[in-house]
Amino acid sequence: MTKVAHGLKHGAHWRWWEFALLAGLLLSWLLLPGHALLLNEIAILALFALSLDLILGYSGIVSLGHAAFFGFGSYAAALFAKLVMPDPWIGMLFAIALAALLGAVTSVLILRGTDLTRLMVTLGVASILYELANKLDWLTGGADGLQGVVMGPLLTPFGRFEFDIAGRTAYAYTLFVLIVCLFVGRRLVHSPFGYSLQALRDNRLRAGSIGLSVNARLVAIYTIAAAIAGAAGALLAQTSGFSSLDVFDFHRSAEVLLVLVIGGTGYLYGGIFGAIVFKLLHDLVSAWTPQYWNFWLGVFLVVLVLVGRDKLTRPWTWWKRS
Amino acid sequence: MLTLLFDGIAYGMLLFVLAVGLAVTLGLMNFINLAHGAFAMAGGYITVLAMNRLGVPFLVCLPLAFLGAALLGALLEPLLYRRMYARPHLDQVLFSIGLVFIAVTTVDYFVGSMQQNIQIPAWLQGRFDIAWVGIGKYRLFIIVVCAALTLALQWLLSRTRFGSQLRASVDDRRVAGGLGLNVNRIFLLTFAVGSGLAGLGGALGAEVLGLDPSFPLKFMIYFLIVCSVGGTTTITGPLLAALLLGIADVMGKYYAPKLGAFIVYTLMIVILLLRPQGLFVRSGGGK
Repeated sequence: MTKVAHGLKHGAHWRWWEFALLAGLLLSWLLLPGHALLLNEIAILALFALSLDLILGYSGIVSLGHAAFFGFGSYAAALFAKLVMPDPWIGMLFAIALAALLGAVTSVLILRGTDLTRLMVTLGVASILYELANKLDWLTGGADGLQGVVMGPLLTPFGRFEFDIAGRTAYAYTLFVLIVCLFVGRRLVHSPFGYSLQALRDNRLRAGSIGLSVNARLVAIYTIAAAIAGAAGALLAQTSGFSSLDVFDFHRSAEVLLVLVIGGTGYLYGGIFGAIVFKLLHDLVSAWTPQYWNFWLGVFLVVLVLVGRDKLTRPWTWWKRS
Repeated sequence: MLTLLFDGIAYGMLLFVLAVGLAVTLGLMNFINLAHGAFAMAGGYITVLAMNRLGVPFLVCLPLAFLGAALLGALLEPLLYRRMYARPHLDQVLFSIGLVFIAVTTVDYFVGSMQQNIQIPAWLQGRFDIAWVGIGKYRLFIIVVCAALTLALQWLLSRTRFGSQLRASVDDRRVAGGLGLNVNRIFLLTFAVGSGLAGLGGALGAEVLGLDPSFPLKFMIYFLIVCSVGGTTTITGPLLAALLLGIADVMGKYYAPKLGAFIVYTLMIVILLLRPQGLFVRSGGGK
């Protein structure tokens, strides 16, 4: 084995804190049954942020409309349960497939142009879907949201579980999907494909001139990220039995960007840490001043960027002069 | 039909005045400022509050809105924005989204979240007909004011000493600095004027566009469309893009109300797909 191959392989080793995190996720289900609803929200947000990390952290695409895929998956799952069949697994696969399809179709739009063009196009796609969901009220319920979604029981090798009001089943289901996606993502970013993505993030021109097909790779990762975001959206619709216009909202795209930035980009776990911090912060501030959460969110963002966002995850650099 | 066209032009001119400041920050400082609408909102609220609470006449309010927003811009530029110019775009986006959230909630806190109504003076209300084309007086007023501003701006940029200094700083910041231009001061002035224009646009548009605390979020995408479709290297590019957008939006809302803003977004995506750098690009130029 050459030195380079060895070095690349080393990056893929499991670290102790990864095991600790997975154990923590599983333990949270056992030890905190009373908080399953909040934990479920955190896990969904974490999955959503994970999908954004694949395109932002690993491929360098700044997207302001990632909620497009989240919302698309959410509506797809809700409609599937309502109109076709209530089984959650098949609904999940259906939503993932549709979101991936949307990702593949819209990925053409992000290949050309500057950061600004990409921002606009992603924002535009999300806005179009928002308008569509708003206007097609015979299908989506319009501004009232899609109501009357009844999920069937969760069929597993261990028996059938109904979605309960405390959200225990829902959280277990979400955790399962999150961990599966985490494994898939981890395998992906440590594969040659993953390394080539980082190469083209750092220098697209150079990556192209050493023979990487830049566009094909961007299409692939954008599609995969869209599929995972769709899974997160489907989880939201399935566990809450409801889908409303706000899944496409600009707020959601901005929020997931912030979550990822809090946790740190480009190492796959940023979304999970970010989601935990973000939701806890949200709960804390909302309890204190419910109306003006957005104000503190804004202050936090401005200060974060002014100080330098990479310092947040590296406390030992706080007192050093840069 | 012609009335619609006229309304569309008025709307487009308004969008241009609102967005031209953004085109400047974007093209000049290469800074993606999503918070541009906040300055427009500041201008709008200055007008509404001054008119409704203090009884200041409408025509006096317009320069007040300009000055207020310009002052705000001049305050924020050296304090916050200047540090952001050299940062990656992601940082700029996060930073300006943060500013938008702050602006929205601050206005909500002090003024309340309801829609603000503006009472335009009697001599600007109503409409008259020229050759069977109904022309709203206020719309005409908007067009006249905005056209005058556009001409003034074009003159300022192409004929004055400040204009050439500005263009020099844009083309190559380092060389301009090396030649003894005070680039920071030029950017500060430009930013303030851009914010002021947005404020003026917000004041003019309060009656047409509606004014409530979510204004910066609602119209953010419109401003960005104007800049990205028009390109940011000229004044005429955003102007034409704004007119196109205004006309398309008004016509779309009239002929196909079911489709709503759908047309505008689709149009933008198609244009950006074909011309990623915008419709009107000056070739060459450093960047």
